[in-house]
Amino acid sequence: MNSRTDEKTFRRINRRELLKLTPVLALGAFAIPTLQKPLLKAGLGFSDWASGKLFRSGHLAQTFADSDLTPFNQFPINGYDVDDPQVDFDKWNLTVTGAVSKPADYTLAQIQTLPKFTQNTRHVCVEGWDVVGKFGGVRLSDFLAMIGADTTARFVYVECADDYYESLDMATAMHPQTLLCYEMYGQPLTRAHGAPLRLTIPTKIGYKQAKYLTDLKVTNVLERAGYWEDQGYSEFYGL
Amino acid sequence: MSTQAIAIENAKTRELTEAVYEHPLIVRLCHWVNAVALFVMVGSGLQIFRAFPSFGAKIPQKDLINWPKSFAIGGWLGGALQWHLTFMWIYLATGLIYVGYQVFSGNYKQVLFVRRDLPGVWPMVRHYFFFGPKPPVREAYNPLQKHAYTSAIGLGVLSVVTGFAVWKPVQFSWLAWMMGGFHLARVWHFLIMWAILGFVFGHLVMVVLHGWNNFVSMLTGWKKDPEYLSK
Repeated sequence: MNSRTDEKTFRRINRRELLKLTPVLALGAFAIPTLQKPLLKAGLGFSDWASGKLFRSGHLAQTFADSDLTPFNQFPINGYDVDDPQVDFDKWNLTVTGAVSKPADYTLAQIQTLPKFTQNTRHVCVEGWDVVGKFGGVRLSDFLAMIGADTTARFVYVECADDYYESLDMATAMHPQTLLCYEMYGQPLTRAHGAPLRLTIPTKIGYKQAKYLTDLKVTNVLERAGYWEDQGYSEFYGL
Repeated sequence: MSTQAIAIENAKTRELTEAVYEHPLIVRLCHWVNAVALFVMVGSGLQIFRAFPSFGAKIPQKDLINWPKSFAIGGWLGGALQWHLTFMWIYLATGLIYVGYQVFSGNYKQVLFVRRDLPGVWPMVRHYFFFGPKPPVREAYNPLQKHAYTSAIGLGVLSVVTGFAVWKPVQFSWLAWMMGGFHLARVWHFLIMWAILGFVFGHLVMVVLHGWNNFVSMLTGWKKDPEYLSK
């Protein structure tokens, strides 16, 4: 099995083998400022695509016993600018537009005519912490039926009283644990936690679960994906 | 497994030196790309950790360590997540290609740690750490090396598995459950990173101790005059 060669040929073999490693240098593209941004965007986009494929409509997030709840006063309040955007509850309603057969301003009382669901689920923040909370509200899927939404549309887009905005893929919007939440821990939602109405989505990361909702739009096209998404966070971020 | 060998003739002395093709191209490619990916994963992971440097409650928050920003990649949480969620695929792909190649080529036999390597571990440890006599070198990889590289693959698998439990604790709820829930999965993911860094440290020390000829073999594949042939 042994073949023979001279030192010169052996050096040439070595050089050739070393050159075969040049594909590794392709990673250097990530160090080039003008390429870095689009490459990382593509990488994040691939992760989001994979996330969408991994999402299972029928798979429920774990629910917990009351004894597992994080105490209410230890449930963090994460507002991106203000804890209380001064919503006037008497004048509040949810403005529905887009691909729906019944666009209108919906009052909280109208929304609360839908069946109420209460669930103890985990809330995971992108920062890394997690808490278990008790959330009560109506299924977003029920509300979408109420407003006559075209559920073949791709997104549900929401805007908030504090200029925050978010979007959801339709599959997640239709998930049975995705709630329009008006209660936490059996009490009406507090202002700091997003009164009068917020999203609770146990299959999504925390920043997708927008508070103080004011507007809801069913749409195929997103002008903006979300407050944090537009700064570089994942658009899908399903758990 | 057929290892290519070649005899190199010195032009003047006519002396022959043996060289062995130890690392096939695919192994070398995977090694270096994975090394870069690991570097990025650790750096961006530490930046992600900086956003909540704790494993306890959010309220009250007790920070474990204030990891310096200069030893992290991404600049901020969102940037670090972009790096992490991009390079995890490169890390995973090179790992899968490497393991797949090792299995299908039979190459794994020279490096996989098996039961009969067990008695050889202590003599090597004694030699490396306690100035014991050097055990005879019979194979490309000594028992301690096999143990280190096999463990490293195990740790690599665990880093991916715990990572998926942290990234997708709902879709992979069974994974998170196996690790004691999402909260603990994050702890495991962090600990496994340190274990991998421990391996990398030992690996680099050994690379330095074993010299240039050994290092070059991971670049060109060829190792000149390997110890296990000369004796």
